[in-house]
Amino acid sequence: MHDAPQTGQTTPTVYLDHAATTPMLPAAVEAMTTHLADVGNPSSLHASGRRARRVVEESRETIAQALNCRPGEVVFTSGGTEADNLALKGLFWARHDADPRRVRILASSIEHHAVLDALDWLAEEEQAEVELIHVDARGRLDLDALRASVERDPGSVALVSVMWGNNEIGTIQPMAEIVAVAAPHEIPVHTDAVQAVGAVPVDFATSGVDALTLTGHKLGGPYGVGALLLRRELSLTPLLHGGGQERDIRSGTLDMPAIAGFATAVEHAVKTQPEYAERVAALRDDLVRRVLEVVPDAHLHGDPAVRLPGNAHLGFPGCEGDSLLMLLDARGIECSTGSACSAGVPQPSHVLLAMGCDEEGARHSLRFTLGRTSTAADVDALVEAIGPAVQRARRVAR
Amino acid sequence: MSGGVDSAVAAARAVEAGHDVTGIHLALSRNPASYRSGARGCCTIEDANDARRAADVIGIPFYVWDLSERFHDDVVEDFMAEYAAGRTPNPCLRCNEKIKFAAVLDRATALGFDAVATGHYARVLTAPDGTAELHRAVDPGKDQSYVLGVLTQDQLTHSLFPLGDTSKPQVRAEAAARGLLVADKPDSHDICFVADGDNAGWLRQKLGDRAPNHEGAIVDGESGAELGRHDGTFGFTIGQRRGLRLGVPAPDGKPRYVLDIEPVSGTVTVGPRDALTVDQITADRPRWCGIAPTRPVEGTVQLRAHGREHRARVVVSTGSTGEERVEIELLDPAQGIAPGQAAVVYEGTRVVGSATIVATARTGVPA
Repeated sequence: MHDAPQTGQTTPTVYLDHAATTPMLPAAVEAMTTHLADVGNPSSLHASGRRARRVVEESRETIAQALNCRPGEVVFTSGGTEADNLALKGLFWARHDADPRRVRILASSIEHHAVLDALDWLAEEEQAEVELIHVDARGRLDLDALRASVERDPGSVALVSVMWGNNEIGTIQPMAEIVAVAAPHEIPVHTDAVQAVGAVPVDFATSGVDALTLTGHKLGGPYGVGALLLRRELSLTPLLHGGGQERDIRSGTLDMPAIAGFATAVEHAVKTQPEYAERVAALRDDLVRRVLEVVPDAHLHGDPAVRLPGNAHLGFPGCEGDSLLMLLDARGIECSTGSACSAGVPQPSHVLLAMGCDEEGARHSLRFTLGRTSTAADVDALVEAIGPAVQRARRVAR
Repeated sequence: MSGGVDSAVAAARAVEAGHDVTGIHLALSRNPASYRSGARGCCTIEDANDARRAADVIGIPFYVWDLSERFHDDVVEDFMAEYAAGRTPNPCLRCNEKIKFAAVLDRATALGFDAVATGHYARVLTAPDGTAELHRAVDPGKDQSYVLGVLTQDQLTHSLFPLGDTSKPQVRAEAAARGLLVADKPDSHDICFVADGDNAGWLRQKLGDRAPNHEGAIVDGESGAELGRHDGTFGFTIGQRRGLRLGVPAPDGKPRYVLDIEPVSGTVTVGPRDALTVDQITADRPRWCGIAPTRPVEGTVQLRAHGREHRARVVVSTGSTGEERVEIELLDPAQGIAPGQAAVVYEGTRVVGSATIVATARTGVPA
């Protein structure tokens, strides 16, 4: 490629895919590293075990404080996908067992695959009746449709699940209003808040949600650890049976060093959220404005105002997102088409399709997401590269 | 990068030669999960992972390009249509012609690349006049110039075959030396989109009602007598001996072979082996690696992948409506040659071009 660097040379990377994962906070690395050489199973009764257990419990309290829930409401998992699966399956089974009439699960049509695929499975294997409530062209849940669906037969609803902020287009859902629809009927509400924690204010107790998923690696913590915040009055059928850890809700030896790193990251993310959001939103707005100057017929997807601060999801008509991604990658600019891969082949985004984009529209998009380590130089680099990349990508015939 | 050892080593060599290389795995199946177990074909998810790992080891970017729709339309549909018409296609040639060195090359060129490199065993040499020539590989047992005989000059000038000068055992040794885990991976032999190599079963399932005849008669080539019935012409190919299930032996006690397949009536004609012998072949829709021959070619032809070479005299003419016609006179007669197969013409090791066989004949025998 004429405008690509020689293989073997390292191009400074411009990382614009923070929604996929983000660098670990140095303090989180330190917290984790400090404990990696320790020995002691947090479940053991001796001093070493108790030492490890103490780190876990202090981490639990830190997270509980940051998100305003009780420590006992924090269930550690291996990450967001496990927490989503635990919430959906566990709540469905528990609610259904308590009353067999409860077969319906209501979710938005733009949930992450960790929710949608779990719901597909519940529908196929556990006779759940899954209803995906549609969203408008900006990705905002249709509250009237949700209300109508609930009120049609509230006694048949096992749970409601709506993600707090969408990972692809960034749209933030009206969580308070969603809770207001479900709560009068005592229907538990779960939310996948994996993208929201640290980006927008998330307060478990005041939000009124019953279950909330968060994960370490999206907010500066390590991979492999996450949590389900679960209102302690709720019963849940576990996914993992075994040693009875996490009050029998989630068996398995706790990854104490990872949990320490996780807690450090959560605390920092929540504490710095207001300044972070302001700084990153300014960078994002600058990115969007300048990219649209270079590519006038590009457009922003999602709600322009009520969206995650670091998210810029843009459509580039006449191009395929994966060609653009390749061209930018060759110049060291890393972003995402925002959609899941099936066998390594990008699929048209189900989120965009649910918002009413046609297939072509669903394929011509790129997601740029900024994070804690993003700078103005990152935006400059993208703005410089995007024009030529779009020009070239438009030459690729479908 | 298919996930096999050849394309992995080819990629490594291209990097070593100083090229700026990007590894691409082609997702050609519309259902990659389906060919997971035991297939000797290609391009399951595991193959994609093997290709990805090889790219990691080599140190090049890696992407998967989904060409499954184009592949289905240009290669799989063509395969089915040819069989339904009673012909015997070679989908690998069609894939090279339409996908690997067309759709892929076009996309690559648009994105700013200069060439497509593959692990095919063949060589591209530059003639004194500067044109690109396609030649057989140095390892005759692995030579794949036959399936590349469909490439035009333009395609050849944008192709790279780094393995053409190496033998297969050397390639495997090199893969191992380079730390490529695919060094010991078995070669794929079957058609990539037919799991477990059961072409007839696949066709039966896919063609279903589309085949003009579900069943028909098997008749004797000499007498015209009906010897039996069959349940689909696509289960047969010219020169086939097995699977005839005739029950009644031939008068001379020798095996019978499929001589002809007529798909409209569903008639399959059988006869003795020497009735399969042909020494004249008519082919059309030629594709020339350089310029079309203006004089008769005294060279050789190869009529199947890994088939033998037949000395031949090849004459190219232009028909009344402008279509090119290739007449091949075989000095070394051939047997079991079916319409739809490719005839690839060579002058020494150089590929002149290829054409699709439409008819065969034997001197002195009426058609």
